Amino acid sequence: MNAGRLKDGRQRSPVSMVTMLLLALLWTLPTLGLLVTSFRSRDDALTSGWWSAIINPFGTSWTLGNYTEVFERADMGNAFLNGIVVAVPATVIPIMFAAFAAYAFTFLQFRFKETLFIVIVAVMVVPIHVAFQPLLNLFGPNGLGISGQYLAVWLLHTGFGMPLCIYVLRNYMSTLPYSVVESARIDGCSNFQIFWKLVAPMAMPAMAAFATLQFLWVWNDLLIAKLFLSNDNTTVIVKLQQLLGTQGQGAELLTAGAFISMVLPMIVFFALQNFLVRGMTSGAVKG
Amino acid sequence: MSTTSSTPPVGEEVPQAPADDGPGGAGNVGPSDAGLQPGKLVIGVLGIAVSVWLIGNLFLAFAWYPQWFFDSKLLMGALGLVVGVGGAAVLFWFLNMAIEALPRRLEHGVMPYAFLLPGFSLIGLMLLFPTVQTIHYSFANRSSTAYVDPLWANFSSLFASGDFWSAMFNNLLWIAIVPAITVSLGVVVAVLADKLSSASEKWSKSFIFMPMAISFVAASAIWLTTVYGYRPPGEPQTAALNAIWVNWFGQDPASWLDIDTARLNSILLMVILIWLQTGFAMVLLSSAIKGVPEDTLEAARIDGASEWQIFWQVIIPQIWGTIVTVFITVLILVMKVFDIVYVLTNGRNNTDVIANMFFREMFTNRDAGRATALIVVLLVAIIPILIYQVRDFRKQEAMR
Repeated sequence: MNAGRLKDGRQRSPVSMVTMLLLALLWTLPTLGLLVTSFRSRDDALTSGWWSAIINPFGTSWTLGNYTEVFERADMGNAFLNGIVVAVPATVIPIMFAAFAAYAFTFLQFRFKETLFIVIVAVMVVPIHVAFQPLLNLFGPNGLGISGQYLAVWLLHTGFGMPLCIYVLRNYMSTLPYSVVESARIDGCSNFQIFWKLVAPMAMPAMAAFATLQFLWVWNDLLIAKLFLSNDNTTVIVKLQQLLGTQGQGAELLTAGAFISMVLPMIVFFALQNFLVRGMTSGAVKG
Repeated sequence: MSTTSSTPPVGEEVPQAPADDGPGGAGNVGPSDAGLQPGKLVIGVLGIAVSVWLIGNLFLAFAWYPQWFFDSKLLMGALGLVVGVGGAAVLFWFLNMAIEALPRRLEHGVMPYAFLLPGFSLIGLMLLFPTVQTIHYSFANRSSTAYVDPLWANFSSLFASGDFWSAMFNNLLWIAIVPAITVSLGVVVAVLADKLSSASEKWSKSFIFMPMAISFVAASAIWLTTVYGYRPPGEPQTAALNAIWVNWFGQDPASWLDIDTARLNSILLMVILIWLQTGFAMVLLSSAIKGVPEDTLEAARIDGASEWQIFWQVIIPQIWGTIVTVFITVLILVMKVFDIVYVLTNGRNNTDVIANMFFREMFTNRDAGRATALIVVLLVAIIPILIYQVRDFRKQEAMR
C-alpha cells in the first residue's frame, strides 16, 4: 500500500538510502580494518589484506598475541593508567573555576563585563603553541621544577580548557530563569549559596557537555603530553606515536596499541553522545 | 548557537531593583546589616590564604615528593581530583565570606571580580603571559637569553628560507581544501540523513560521527595500516590503496606518502583530517537543517520548486550561519594542524606545515628564536579570525 513512504508519511528516498549506506561503510571500514588486523598474527597480516580476514574469517589465524605483547613491550598498561590520571582531574577541575566565572558573567552586574567576556572569546582561538617555550621554562628545572609530572599537565589543560568552559557555561546559564536567582537573592541567599544550591545543579547538562568534549580532547592530546610528561608518566597517545615512529618491526603492535588508545574515548563517545552534541552545538570553538 | 531566552538580557538592569542602587542591580535588603564585619573579614581572608597555601603545596608535593604518596599514581590522581575540586569550592566559599564582610556597596562592586579572579588567573598564566612571552622570545636568540641584532633577524631568516615558504604553501593548501570539503560533505550527509527513517538516520549518523572520538595519532595509524601502507613489489599488498593499484590496475606498488607530485602526499594527509571532522560538521549542520521551518519548504513546493532549487534557495540560506561557524572551527583546527603530519611524514617530501616546522626548530634544532617567530606568524594569521569571532559574538549578543 504505502511501500514508497516512511512511517511518518515522508517519501522514501532510495538515493539517500544507498548513498548514506555507502558513506557509513566508508567511514567505518578503516577503523574496522584496524580492529581486525590487531587480532591477526603477524605472518597472517603480512600475507593478505585486512579485507580478506573480514570476507573469510575462518581462513585467518586469530590471536590475542599483539595485545599481550603491546602491554609487555610498550608499557601500555602503565600508559593507560597515566592517561586516566591525567584526563579525569584535567576534565573536572576547570569546570569548578569556570562555573563561578560564568555565574558572575551571567547573574552579576559589573563594569568591564563585556570587555572581559570578549577577552574570553578572543583567547579561545589563540593556538596552544604559544605556551610551549614560555611554560617549558616556567615549569622546567630552572623554574617550578614540575615539568614531567602530572601537575604540569593538569595545570596546562585547566588553563587551556578554561575559556571554552566559561563560554559554554555562560551561554547555558543565560538561558536559565533569572527570576529564580532573583527571588533567592530577596530571600537573603549569598552568591555562593545561590551558585551552589541553584545555578550549579541547573547547569549540570552544560557541565556534562563540556566535560565530554574536554575528556576527549585531553585523552587524545599528543603535544602537551609529549612535551610535559616524563616517559614514566606519559599517556597512551604518546606511546602510540612512538610505536608509529618505529615501524617495520612493530607493525602488529601498532594496530593493537591504536585500538587500546581508542577504547576509552569510544565508550565515552557512545555513552555520552547526546552531551557531546550539546557541547558542540553551544557554539564553542577551541584554539 | 541560538539560545532562546526568557531571562532579561544580560547586562540590563533587573526591573524590580531600585533605580538608586547603582550597578549592583540587586539592592534588596539582605539578612545582614550593611556595615563592615571585621571578624568575618579576617576569617575569610585567613581562609583564602590557608586554602591557597594548602592546595598549592599539596599539588607541588605530587610533583616533588611522589614517595609521600607511596608513588601511587592512582592515589595522586584521586587526591588531585578531590583536592582540586573540593579545594576550589572551599576557596570560593572563603572568598565569598570575606567579601560579604565588606560594606554592602563595596560588596556588590567586588564580588563579581572575586568570582572571576581564579579562572582569569589561570587564563593569564597559561594563555596571556605565554603569548606575550612568545612574542618577546621571537626577537631573542636561540636560547632566549639575549635579543638578536637586528631585532627582526629571526623573521628575516625565516622569510629568506625556502623551507618556510614551502610549509606556508602547504598550510595554505590545507586551508583552501580541508574546511571547504569538510563543510560540503557535512551538508550533503546532513541533508541525505534527513531523508531517512529516524532509526536509520540515527545509525548512519553515529557511524560518520564516530571518528570524533579518535585521536589524530590513532587516525594516522588507522589510515597507514589499512589504506596508505606500502610493501615492496612482489609481496602481497595489505593496504587498500596499493592493493587496488597493483591488482586492479596492474601497476607497481607506490609509496603514497612519499609522492609529492601535485602535492599528492599532502592531499592524502588531508583526507585523514576530513574523515575525522566530517562528523562534527554533520552534527551541527544537521541540527540547523532540522531547524528550518517546514512551512518555508512547503511554500516552495507549492510554488513548484524542484528539490534541487529548494536545497539551494531555501535550505542553504537559512543554515548559512551554521555553515560559517563550522567552516571557521575547522579552519582554526587546520591552521595549526600538527599531529597527522608529524607522525606520518614529519614534513618529509614537501609535506611540512608551520606547526610541524615549529616543533622541529624547537626540539630538533633547539632554536627557540626561530620557533617562536613561527608561532608569531601563526598568531598574526589568526588575528582576522579572532576579529571575526569577536564581531560575530557582539552581533549575537545584540540579538539576545
